[in-house]
Amino acid sequence: MVVEKSKAMPMAIKKTNVETMKKAQRKKKLAPYLFVLPNLLIFLIFIIIPALMGLVYSFTSYNGVSDMKFTGLENYIRLFNNAEFWKIMLNTLIYAALVVPLVFAISLGIAMLMIKEMKARGLFRAIIFWPTMISFIIVGLSWKWIFGDSFGVITYLLEAGGLPPIKWLSDPVIAKITIVIATVWARVGFFMVIFIAGLQSIPASYYEAAQIDGANRSQLFWKITLPLLKPTSLLVFMLLIVESVKAYPLIFSLTGGGPAKETTLIVQYIFEFGFTKSEVGYASAMSVILFLLIGIFTLIQFKWAEGGKID
Amino acid sequence: MTQKAGFFTYLALILLALIFIAPVLWIFISSVKGPIDLYSWPPKFLPDSLSFENFTAAFSKGNFGLYFINSAIVAVSATILTLLINTMAGYALSKFRFKGDTLILFLFLSTLMIPIEVIMTPIFTVISKLGLYNNLLGLIIPPAATPMGVFLIRQYLLTVPDDLLEAARMDGAGEWRIFWTIIVPIAKPVIAVLTIFSFMWRWDDFIWPLIVISDPSKYTIQLALANFIGEFRVDWGSLLAMSVVTMIPILIVFLIFQKQFVKGMATSGMKE
Repeated sequence: MVVEKSKAMPMAIKKTNVETMKKAQRKKKLAPYLFVLPNLLIFLIFIIIPALMGLVYSFTSYNGVSDMKFTGLENYIRLFNNAEFWKIMLNTLIYAALVVPLVFAISLGIAMLMIKEMKARGLFRAIIFWPTMISFIIVGLSWKWIFGDSFGVITYLLEAGGLPPIKWLSDPVIAKITIVIATVWARVGFFMVIFIAGLQSIPASYYEAAQIDGANRSQLFWKITLPLLKPTSLLVFMLLIVESVKAYPLIFSLTGGGPAKETTLIVQYIFEFGFTKSEVGYASAMSVILFLLIGIFTLIQFKWAEGGKID
Repeated sequence: MTQKAGFFTYLALILLALIFIAPVLWIFISSVKGPIDLYSWPPKFLPDSLSFENFTAAFSKGNFGLYFINSAIVAVSATILTLLINTMAGYALSKFRFKGDTLILFLFLSTLMIPIEVIMTPIFTVISKLGLYNNLLGLIIPPAATPMGVFLIRQYLLTVPDDLLEAARMDGAGEWRIFWTIIVPIAKPVIAVLTIFSFMWRWDDFIWPLIVISDPSKYTIQLALANFIGEFRVDWGSLLAMSVVTMIPILIVFLIFQKQFVKGMATSGMKE
């Protein structure tokens, strides 16, 4: 940190102060715009404009190369009649409906254990946080290595324990469970950290007062912990919904979306049409529907958290 | 609530720790097995002798060194850019009142809910039009404006007293200097949080490179791994070794910023 000494002569101090303050005021007005500009520009160019373009594409037959032709609602009508699309949408919803509450409950539970006074707390936190730092591609790979039919160590352990083998990756129902388990394993640490931060911000005096009034443990949790965690919970819910859309790499490397598209989620499907099949217009219509779904869930969350403010 | 941990808490945590660490350990152990130990049935939990064959193979045959360098260039420069522009934006949105500030904040927060995966086809058009296709810059610049980053920094800076900044202005400090000499040092813990996240996001990213890069000489590690998986006969030895090496830089970044990270997470915007 460099702090320059004022070079002004003592006599001139008063006058320069007034002038510099005026100048500072003017600069202060302009400053926030300049500070926010780089971020805002990137934002507009790479998020807002593409989002709007996607909306436009969804009403066209654009294939990524040639001129786009306006086709009205054709893509949407085609989508509504596409059974495969709805199956994959359902896969995505089932996946999110399992991942969101599971990760929420488990990471909150672990966070509540972790804020207790104990030895080796840092080590425990680091171990649970560690999977969070591993890329989804590698998480998928690791789980494939562990759950694989012919070389997976879990398969061996089951066999050694006299249990029937489980088709972790090739049974339509079990494969769905496997991708959920892998996701929970990979994400719990991240949300644990957020919950720890939230829990630590609840004043201890609240608990003490309630305990004096004779509240038991479950009352403490439902009447104090959970309500006061609302802002944190809202953030966690929002992030989790987004995360469950982003699971494509994990599934790509774990099951490849199979068997028979049973673990294919919507992002993989959009990618398939948008890039592999060059049906950009059609893929964009899928994106719009996905976006609307995310929006609806977010609104429900906000309604639920009314009173839990963001700032 | 500072309770002391009892026996059952320890028991639960030890069990959890085992569940969480076992898969990673298994990858690490498997990566130093020779081909015979690697595919033996029943699986050998510990190899008879250490073999680093997998690692040398990944670097010599797999061109892994190049992908590693590409990933490093992208992750490091994208993180620096992210830190700079997100801290600037977070500062503006927490410490200034200006026309349009709520609108801009709303824009940032609403896009927290648009994962880029949703808009990947139009993003591809924008990337190509700007000449960023098959260009590492295309992996560095666009993802630098993260709504999450702006949000974290803003929440953290809201707790900084305005008087501090006013005092500096009275002393004639310019806005840019206030930013560097007051805001950045104060925000160190939350910047550490963002450093770890940003590095993780970029280092681990798959979808964005998949969209932007097609030239194998510009592959990042994650793309290379995915390509390996896609091959007909999976070379598990190299794959496991690459996975292990890929985890190391993140571990290093985490260890460097860990102390600040814990402090930052405890104070960044999770409060009422």
